[in-house]
Amino acid sequence: MIEIKGITKQFGKKPVVEDVSVTIEQGTITSFIGPNGAGKSTLLSMVSRLLDADTGEVLLDKNNVKRWKSTEFAKRVSILRQANFINVRLTVRELVAFGRYPYSKGRLTSEDEKFVDQAIEYMNLADMQDKFLDELSGGQKQRAFIAMVIAQDTDYILLDEPLNNLDMKHSVQIMKILRKLVDELGRTVVIVLHDINFASVYSDRIVALKNGKLVKNGPTNEIINSEALRDIYDMDIPIQEQNGCRICVYFNSHT
Amino acid sequence: MRNSTKLIILFVLVIISILLYGFYDIKGGFDYAFPRRMTRVAAMVITGIAISYSTVVFQTITHNRILTPSVMGLGSMYEVVQTLIYFFAGSMSIWIVNKYLNFGAAITAMILFALLLYRFLFRADKHPIYLLLLIGMIIGTLLGSLVTFLQVLIDPVEYLGLQTMLFASFSKVKAELLYIAAGILLIAFVYGYFIMKKLDVMSLGRENSINLGINYDRMVMNVLILSSVLIATSTALVGPITFFGLIVANLSYQFLVTYRHSVLILGASLFSIIALVGGQFLAEHIFELRTTISVIINFVGGIYFIYLLLKESRASG
Repeated sequence: MIEIKGITKQFGKKPVVEDVSVTIEQGTITSFIGPNGAGKSTLLSMVSRLLDADTGEVLLDKNNVKRWKSTEFAKRVSILRQANFINVRLTVRELVAFGRYPYSKGRLTSEDEKFVDQAIEYMNLADMQDKFLDELSGGQKQRAFIAMVIAQDTDYILLDEPLNNLDMKHSVQIMKILRKLVDELGRTVVIVLHDINFASVYSDRIVALKNGKLVKNGPTNEIINSEALRDIYDMDIPIQEQNGCRICVYFNSHT
Repeated sequence: MRNSTKLIILFVLVIISILLYGFYDIKGGFDYAFPRRMTRVAAMVITGIAISYSTVVFQTITHNRILTPSVMGLGSMYEVVQTLIYFFAGSMSIWIVNKYLNFGAAITAMILFALLLYRFLFRADKHPIYLLLLIGMIIGTLLGSLVTFLQVLIDPVEYLGLQTMLFASFSKVKAELLYIAAGILLIAFVYGYFIMKKLDVMSLGRENSINLGINYDRMVMNVLILSSVLIATSTALVGPITFFGLIVANLSYQFLVTYRHSVLILGASLFSIIALVGGQFLAEHIFELRTTISVIINFVGGIYFIYLLLKESRASG
């Protein structure tokens, strides 16, 4: 279980995340939503120890993430940030194999190869596994990075806006795969999303931030309603039901 | 062509160049000339490996392929030490006459300089690497100007002596210093060997490295220190060679398309031995010592550097 307790982060004098406490429940997809600059990515960075919190703490299985041995932590929690610029030439398979580093330290066993094969299979990358990353489209590259995180075989997978720059088809593909990871393999996914409808359709729980503060935290159906969304986005957003999915029709709302 | 084949070809070229340099035109006293040539070859081999290793790892942690450790002001620091010695103590002082003392002073000054610089820069807050490099370049320029200023004031005869110190040369390498340098470098290489796999991961960037369980910020510090020790030792042994690391590292990236540091560093090292031994051969036998190896290398390297800059600007533009 991941517990975030009263966490605060300031950049200069400006608090970016202020006194946020959230518990991430196992076996769910939890989406972090909120307007630009709400502190979603910063919060995710602190959970995954990319960034140190100023005050407060993040606990994984009751232990502060800072006290975890970094290799052991890497076997439990993985993080994928949005900007992944790499200036070395790597093939898809080589990238995915890096996901096994916490276990193999760079010397892949046949067991590791099996995980790599499975991850490539899972992300439908088998036919392009020997291509170089710089030959791929944005969506394919994003899938390759997610495959690396899957090969890492962690209980918790944290993703920072993985749908950025992806078209509808690839966005849906990736969200379906994340759903499968949770439903079939019992993983826990925490994801920062910009598109509120993806959060509504695919996540179990939603954590909403605004100006660095926690404004809503609960099961998806408690958050996706016009009143709650007004508190988060300062917009009147009508909701329509479509095949059991709640869709926010915000395109011509008053702001 | 597979990378192993390419490395074997390079290795054969290394052997050929060493044999050519060792046996070419060896008239008269073979017993006199051959051991002296082999001392130089040994110096070239260990400085070649040291420069290659430090440049490749430096470029990995700074995520660029154009800057080298000498940009951080290390080469300038060597010039500062030697110039200060000439300026204040003179060429007949114990700091010049005693080679051990001179070697020790240069190495200590360079490593202390690097440690102070990194400590100071990393203590305040976690500055981005670009800022670090920018400050390094400014300090390098400042030291360079200081050196020029002192050199203008120095006695012209003394200046000639200083000038030869500031040109890289393998001809003046003392065998005794070679053993000390080899000892320091051996320790550094042992550590350097064990972190190669970590370096592979670090080329994916800070965030991916931390995700994969690497203690990234501490490793960056360790690697910066390691590369300064390597550069300081090789510079104190033979003098500064500005563009050399840049050439061999980039030749290796282009020739061996891989992310593996074990392969890249081995490739760069083989390239550097070929270039140094070949360059020394040209300087001694073709130009008959009318020029030095560092002039040849900086000439070829400077052209290659301009080519790289043009290629980069075209790629991004």
